Amino acid sequence: MTLTQQIITIAVCALGTMATRFLPFLIFSGSKPTPPFIKYLGQALPAAVFGMLVVYCLKDVDFLAAPHGLPEMLAIALTVALHLWRRQMLLSIAGGTVCYMLLVQLIFH
Amino acid sequence: MQQTDAAGSGVIRRAFRAAFPFTIPIFAGFFFLGLTYGVYMHVAGFSFWYPMLMALTIFGGSLEFIAANMLLAPFAPLSALLIALLVQARHLFYGIAMLDKFRGLGWKKIYLIFGMCDETFSINYTAAIPPNVDRGWFMFFVTLLNQMYWVGSAALGGMLGSLISFNTNGLEFCMTAMFVVIFLEQFLQEKQHITAYIGLAATAVSLAVFGADNFMLPAMAAILLLVTGFKKPIAKAGDFA
Repeated sequence: MTLTQQIITIAVCALGTMATRFLPFLIFSGSKPTPPFIKYLGQALPAAVFGMLVVYCLKDVDFLAAPHGLPEMLAIALTVALHLWRRQMLLSIAGGTVCYMLLVQLIFH
Repeated sequence: MQQTDAAGSGVIRRAFRAAFPFTIPIFAGFFFLGLTYGVYMHVAGFSFWYPMLMALTIFGGSLEFIAANMLLAPFAPLSALLIALLVQARHLFYGIAMLDKFRGLGWKKIYLIFGMCDETFSINYTAAIPPNVDRGWFMFFVTLLNQMYWVGSAALGGMLGSLISFNTNGLEFCMTAMFVVIFLEQFLQEKQHITAYIGLAATAVSLAVFGADNFMLPAMAAILLLVTGFKKPIAKAGDFA
C-alpha cells in the first residue's frame, strides 16, 4: 500500500465511525421535536445496551473448555457484591479486577 | 469582564474536578489496551505515528485493531468503509440515547459526539452529575480525558514497542468490571428491568448462534425488535414519559 492509500484507508475508517456517531443527531436534532418512538428508544435502549456491552466484553471467553469462564464469573460476582454493598464505582471495579488478576495468574494459569 | 472570566474558569475547574474520578477506571483500561495496540502496530512494522493518529481520528478500539490488518492487506476502501460501519453500528444506539442530553451544548456537542466511544458514552449517560457542576463541561472533560488516555497510550506503545514486557495478565478485566458496574447502576436506578434482560439475553443468544465475529448486528436487531414489540409493558413499567 502507498502512503496515500494508507491515509485513505484510515480516513474511511474514521468516516465510518463518525457516520454511526453523528447520524442520529443529524436526523433527529433539528428544530423539530424528537418523534415519540425515538424518544421511547432513547429511554428504553440504554439498559439493553449496557447488557449488550457486558456480553460483548465476554465474547472471547470459551465456556466449553476449561476453566469454563470460571475466573470471569467469579470476578463478576465479586464486582456485583462489592457494588451492592458499598455502591462505590472505583472500589467495585478495582476489587473485581484484582480478584480476576489473582485468579488468572495464580490459580487458573 | 474579569469577574465573568473568573466565574467562567471556576465553572470549568469544578467540572474537571467532578469529571476526573469517573475516568480513573478508564485510564487503567485504556492505558493497558492502548499500550497493547501501540505494540501491536509496532510489531506489524508501523511507526508510532500510525497508532497515535489512528487513535486520534478513528477513536474506537476494536476497529483500530481491524484497521491495522487492513493496512497490511491490498487497498480496498469500499470494504473498509463497510467493515467500519458494521463494527461501529452500536454507536447509533448511543446517539439515540444522548439526543436530549446533548441538546443546547453548542460547540461542545460536536466534540462530545465525535468522542463518544463505549466507555465515554457509558459514563456520560449514567453519571450523577452534581447540580452545581456544568453538565456540558463535565461531559466534555470525561470525553477529552478518555481520548487523551487512549491516544497517549497508543503512541507510547508504538514508541516503546516490544521493549515493554507485560506482567499485568488479567488487567484488561477492568473494562468488563466497569461495564458490569454501569449495567448494575442502570439496573438499580430503573423501575423496569425488561430491557436489561433483553440486552443480556439477546446478545448472549446471538453470540452463541453467530459466534464472536458476527454476533453484534443480529444482537442489535434482536434488541430493537424486542424493545419495539414489548413497548407497552416496558413503557408502563418504566414510567416513561
